Amino acid sequence: MQLIFEQSVPGRQGFKMPVSDVPAKTQIADRYRRIKECAWPQVSELEVVRHFTKLSQLNFSVDSIFYPLGSCTMKYNPKFTEAVARLPGFADLHPLLAQLSDGESLAQGALKVLYDMDRFLSEITGMDDFTMQPLAGAHGELTGVMLIAAYHKAKGNKKKYIIIPDSAHGTNPASAATAGYDIISIPTKKDGTMDVEILKKKLNPDVAAVMLTCPDTLGIFNSDIDKIAEMVHNVDGLMYYDGANLNAILGRCRPGDLGFDVIHINLHKTFATPHGGGGPGAGPVGVKKRLSKYLPISRVVQRPNKTLFLDYDCPDSIGYTSSFYGNFAVILKAYAYILLLGKDGLTETSNHAVLNANYIMHRLKKYFTVPYERTCMHECVFSAAQQVEKGVHAIDIAKFLIDQGIHPPTVYFPMIVKEAMMVEPTETESKQAMDRFIDCMIKAADLAQRNPSMFKDLPITTPISRPDETKAARDVDCNFFFDTK
Amino acid sequence: MNPYIANTPEETQEMLRTVGAKSIDELFGDIKPHHRPKSFNIPDGKSEFEVVKYFKRLSAQNATSLIYFLGGGYYDHYVPAAVGALISRGEFLTAYTPYQPECSQGTLQALYEYQSAICTLTQMDVANASLYEGGTALYEAAMMAVRITGRNKIIMDGGVSPIYRKILKSYTTNLDIEFQETPVVHGQSDRAQIKKILDKKTAAVILQNPNFFGAIDDHSDIIDEAHRLGALVVESVYPVSLGILKTPGEMGADIVTGEGQSLGLPLNFGGPYLGFMATKKEFVRKMPGRIVGQTVDAQGRRCFVNTLQAREQHIRREKATSNICTNVASCAVQSLIFMCLLGKEGLKELAQLNLDKAEFARLTLEKIKGIEVKRSSPTFNEFTVDLKTDASRVVAAMLKRGYAAGFPLGRYYKGMENYLLVTVTEKRTKDEILDFAKNLEEVLCN
Repeated sequence: MQLIFEQSVPGRQGFKMPVSDVPAKTQIADRYRRIKECAWPQVSELEVVRHFTKLSQLNFSVDSIFYPLGSCTMKYNPKFTEAVARLPGFADLHPLLAQLSDGESLAQGALKVLYDMDRFLSEITGMDDFTMQPLAGAHGELTGVMLIAAYHKAKGNKKKYIIIPDSAHGTNPASAATAGYDIISIPTKKDGTMDVEILKKKLNPDVAAVMLTCPDTLGIFNSDIDKIAEMVHNVDGLMYYDGANLNAILGRCRPGDLGFDVIHINLHKTFATPHGGGGPGAGPVGVKKRLSKYLPISRVVQRPNKTLFLDYDCPDSIGYTSSFYGNFAVILKAYAYILLLGKDGLTETSNHAVLNANYIMHRLKKYFTVPYERTCMHECVFSAAQQVEKGVHAIDIAKFLIDQGIHPPTVYFPMIVKEAMMVEPTETESKQAMDRFIDCMIKAADLAQRNPSMFKDLPITTPISRPDETKAARDVDCNFFFDTK
Repeated sequence: MNPYIANTPEETQEMLRTVGAKSIDELFGDIKPHHRPKSFNIPDGKSEFEVVKYFKRLSAQNATSLIYFLGGGYYDHYVPAAVGALISRGEFLTAYTPYQPECSQGTLQALYEYQSAICTLTQMDVANASLYEGGTALYEAAMMAVRITGRNKIIMDGGVSPIYRKILKSYTTNLDIEFQETPVVHGQSDRAQIKKILDKKTAAVILQNPNFFGAIDDHSDIIDEAHRLGALVVESVYPVSLGILKTPGEMGADIVTGEGQSLGLPLNFGGPYLGFMATKKEFVRKMPGRIVGQTVDAQGRRCFVNTLQAREQHIRREKATSNICTNVASCAVQSLIFMCLLGKEGLKELAQLNLDKAEFARLTLEKIKGIEVKRSSPTFNEFTVDLKTDASRVVAAMLKRGYAAGFPLGRYYKGMENYLLVTVTEKRTKDEILDFAKNLEEVLCN
């Protein structure tokens, strides 16, 4: 497809500016002026509309097809939340308004969204206080680790390490390292849970925290979680909960009750806000009381007369971690989702997410290796080990599914499973949609035995075939204008 | 009834039989009785109609008809309707990170176009596919400079947004980074002082144009001096201003970041916004965040992929260039749609309108007795006014009259309690500006 820049025709413009009603053409000195013109395309509004409509049609999306991308929780995103976020009282509100004297009185509705979400998320997770500021899951992790560092610093603890199981998301070690910690990795046992014996050996007074996903990335809930928490607390370490998989346990248990001290939540996963082709998400962070005073500036606080204000007087805080109060529109959509579903609706989402994942695992276990065969939570992990013997890899099966009009599962993650295929159907998929996926997977398994060579050229139904990724990395071209600059 | 779950009671039973479980509860057997929640006090659910009604009422508790002369890095620009219509398409909104390029060419091509649009705007070689927002993008740029130079001293100009400076400090508390801040003189960078403290330990000088006071500058001389000593320069910019102002690329800056909210994103009470980042080609492998690259498919056709992923956390884990995973792809595409609608001429017109309106406001406010409009340096669409009285009180009084009159600088700058930062975008009409001045004069007289 042509780039929008290749459609540019001098003289066209897709937007009509207002005619100036003030004296025109204020001059500024040449030395402050731009020399070379900006090359934004010159196209009409219709051309812009067609271009982006066509581009959108090249995407697979939840709105159009089954998207069981494990760990990413590609559930349906209710449309009414978009309408709520577009209300002018929210969409057109300037963030600095709430920082002006008396300005907060003109932002009470927005502050209530943040305040109520703090309360709701605390109740859902069993924590005491939340900050809405982190702008994504990984940003929440970094914020959480900074809170852990502040806690230890205040106690005079000199801690150097953060312990992370080898099944963890890559963001966990990256966030811990960004905050200045060294990483100790713990292997996974044959039953799919973290090896507690090795954890015991590695735990020492220099350990600042253990970061866990629970259920973990293999979709398994570790029944010994409270015992692990006790061990970690015994060396004055803190327990960090990666909330990526919170959608499995709503109403069933709460990280705060299990012994976790710090948690982040991916609102775009559990609370159904759109993933946007890779963001924006939101990663609020919750803590137990003893860590509350370190939360980022500012905090939304309620006065005795029930009015809300932004408290900037937080002397122990880790400081500003983003410019304002979080990805407000995302938080607003998640809030609307919680209000609509309510207590029972939230519990049901986890019930059916778990049922659907187990259904798929049971229907497919005859055809694909299940590395950890036990009841799973909201996602199940297969290995293409049997298919690899015929030369068919997880990526080949992924491309086969694309030709069937299904988005592939997450492949090659978790890294500890060879040829991993991680399937997360979510609660919003129908049995019929899952049955169709199962049929396609069975067909793939069958073809892998009978005709393995056919996979190499897949997909064939898409606008492009497999890209040359080596060339992309070797001859980096990420700017159309580079040569003409 | 949960409208987002398809399974009927019959289907649920059928699936449970397949799984070999008697009940859904049985599937949660790994969660032991002593793990059960101590409480789960969430209100009962409501219908969509009831929830929407609640939000209409709630949103009405926020300002809906204020006339904004408030900016400070976040601007009340008009967003063409086509932007919202296109970005709301489910095919963009409900896709995820394009891990499978064959079925994600829409997002990938759009992000390639976005990167290109940012490069030509800033006159830089390469851009990434976005970061969270302007403040955290500046922090990422500072750390990138530390990685590239292997040095740890950072010089920060006092004209850089005070919010951004606070963010940088929070993130580097536990790291071995030395910050030196140089205060502004007459609203501009203290270039003599910056050059004086620049040395061979300096990783980066961080500058902003226009700076927080709205002053515009040409930083070429500071950049030359930094390069002579092997330091890099990070420049934070306001994208709309680049329709007229000298670009960071033309000044020789090494890393450019900024807040992209002004490129077609609503104010949204602080987010989601758009952090953009661009740099020189030689630094592309040190840049954080997703990067979309052009390549060819097996048939030699042009296509787009996430590239240089070996920098990223999902491959490199603790050795990654950043912990960033998702960015704000949807906001990046949204800004691209805006940039395409404007085109090169629209950008120039928009910048000129902002400049002209602000200049008209400046001249109008100068006529008010007893206040002083600062003239020590040229400005773009923001300028400072010395009200000779507590600016925050004046702003509070103006709010009652329907105006967000500006940002009181005393909030972040000690000794500037009487100073107001006034912003004027293309949305302000001549009449609004005249009425604003009249009201301001009345408030000051009272």
